[in-house]
Amino acid sequence: MHNKTIAELGAGLRAGEFSSVELTRHFLARIESLDPTLNSLVTEVPEAALAAAQLADARIRAGDSTPLTGIPMVHKDIFCTRGVKTSCGSRMLDNFVSPYDATVVERLDAAGMVMLGKANMDEFAMGSSNETSYYGPVRNPWDRERVPGGSSGGSAAAVAGRLAVVATGTDTGGSIRQPAALCGITGLKPTYGRISRFGMIAFASSLDQAGTMTHNAEDASLMLQAMAGFDPKDSTSVDEPVPDYSAGLNESLAGLKIGLPKEYFGEGLDAAVAASIENAIAEYKKLGAEVVQISLPNSALAVPTYYVVAPAECSSNLSRFDGVRFGYRCSEPKDLEDLYKRSRGEGFGDEVKRRIMIGTYALSAGYYDAYYLKAQKTRQLISDDFIQAFKKVDVIMGPTSPGTAFKLGEKVDDPVTMYLNDIYTIATNLAGLPGLSLPVEPVNGLPVGLQVIGNYFAEARLLNVAHQYQKVTDWHRAVPAGF
Amino acid sequence: MSLDRADIEKIAHLARLAVDQDKVESYATDLSNILTLVGELEAADTGAVTPMAHPLHMAQRLRPDQVTEKNHREEYQAVAPLVEAGLFLVPKVIE
Repeated sequence: MHNKTIAELGAGLRAGEFSSVELTRHFLARIESLDPTLNSLVTEVPEAALAAAQLADARIRAGDSTPLTGIPMVHKDIFCTRGVKTSCGSRMLDNFVSPYDATVVERLDAAGMVMLGKANMDEFAMGSSNETSYYGPVRNPWDRERVPGGSSGGSAAAVAGRLAVVATGTDTGGSIRQPAALCGITGLKPTYGRISRFGMIAFASSLDQAGTMTHNAEDASLMLQAMAGFDPKDSTSVDEPVPDYSAGLNESLAGLKIGLPKEYFGEGLDAAVAASIENAIAEYKKLGAEVVQISLPNSALAVPTYYVVAPAECSSNLSRFDGVRFGYRCSEPKDLEDLYKRSRGEGFGDEVKRRIMIGTYALSAGYYDAYYLKAQKTRQLISDDFIQAFKKVDVIMGPTSPGTAFKLGEKVDDPVTMYLNDIYTIATNLAGLPGLSLPVEPVNGLPVGLQVIGNYFAEARLLNVAHQYQKVTDWHRAVPAGF
Repeated sequence: MSLDRADIEKIAHLARLAVDQDKVESYATDLSNILTLVGELEAADTGAVTPMAHPLHMAQRLRPDQVTEKNHREEYQAVAPLVEAGLFLVPKVIE
């Protein structure tokens, strides 16, 4: 049962082959026996899950169900869930029980999904390996000595390990796509503004976006259908009509123009990963697509630009954590300054503090022009490269990650080495474009992800492109040993 | 760009972050390395470019000036560390 997709399980539920309660019990049992080896969840909510499953079963019997009704899932612990601990992977929110639901949570709940728990993540979404979490690192189901990627590492591991059918994630610099690639699942980050950020704890407001982590593109289209759409409670939410994401999945790829940026196939890319990506592209040619060599000349500026913009925005967003209104408060503060400094110093981990400090520096008097303003300009240059490219091609492809899952502890000592994991994903966030990672041929038993980047609001096309590949290959069906 | 102890202490103060004394040096090293990475931006030719504040160049949406929000004080203060008579309590500020 746990190897089935939303589409398959939904059909089974509606045909009365099994109930949502049985399905939920099945996944809860798997979590109990298997999650100790992965540490993919911060909080489990078995009673609430079974209650939701009962409601779902009633809806299905009454003929009032959606494709998502009764399907067990997990939310990345960055989404506020009413009455349930919402930690953001941090000591700062270890005691925080959210008084409200994020819009994403509300919408999936309204569709009848069954939340099993909250997924572990890099602290405040800052990381590429899920090693910065206050709750300990998450392990990759494909090799428990290796990282699942980050920051949505718990979400990726839970889906890959079949502890949940699907998970929500967030992506600011690659945090859905990179763990999806390292764990062998399908991860979609939509266009900026496509999904509401209300109730999604903010890291970098101009980059953050919620998205889906699923076994395949078909499931992603069902999730996106329920999640996407204008929300008046999010002032950056775009009032763009939501198409039927499933309708175009089966369109032929004949004549599709795929751009391959030369900058994404150069130095730093593991040779075996490159070969796997090239094989995937050859498969796309068989499906009728045409490959066009392109250039995104300002690609090398993406990581430096991001490491000014994201920390700057995070230093502003995380200033709300002050020990006064919610979250961690230090014991026996001497005065107000001590309250702020020790609550924040003790509540936040090292990576979060590093990024707050870089951001503070980049925005401070005397440095704002040289750093933040400069980065906003290079951000425009990077976006312009994509705008030019999309005049010639329909989608852009390349590797999601420069290598496969690395070992726990391998890159924690040097922040900059860790940052370079996002080298192919970051530019997409800077430009606000949609990006998807789908599993292709593994290397030495470790998953590899192919990244597909689309034009603004072209999620339906990305899902179509992924779905067509998934109809003629079965990398996305592979299950890690022991799961 | 290289940062020293004094720089870290100043930045930490601006950000209201207590930093362990024995970690100041390693933060200085890490931050200096990040600034070296970021320094690559200097070489970019951005003379005529407009800074990008929003990826889709959207402006802030406005709404009619009407009261639409309810007061959730009790519910939202339930998660606060220290509250009395509807007020958040902090150490004395005014001498």
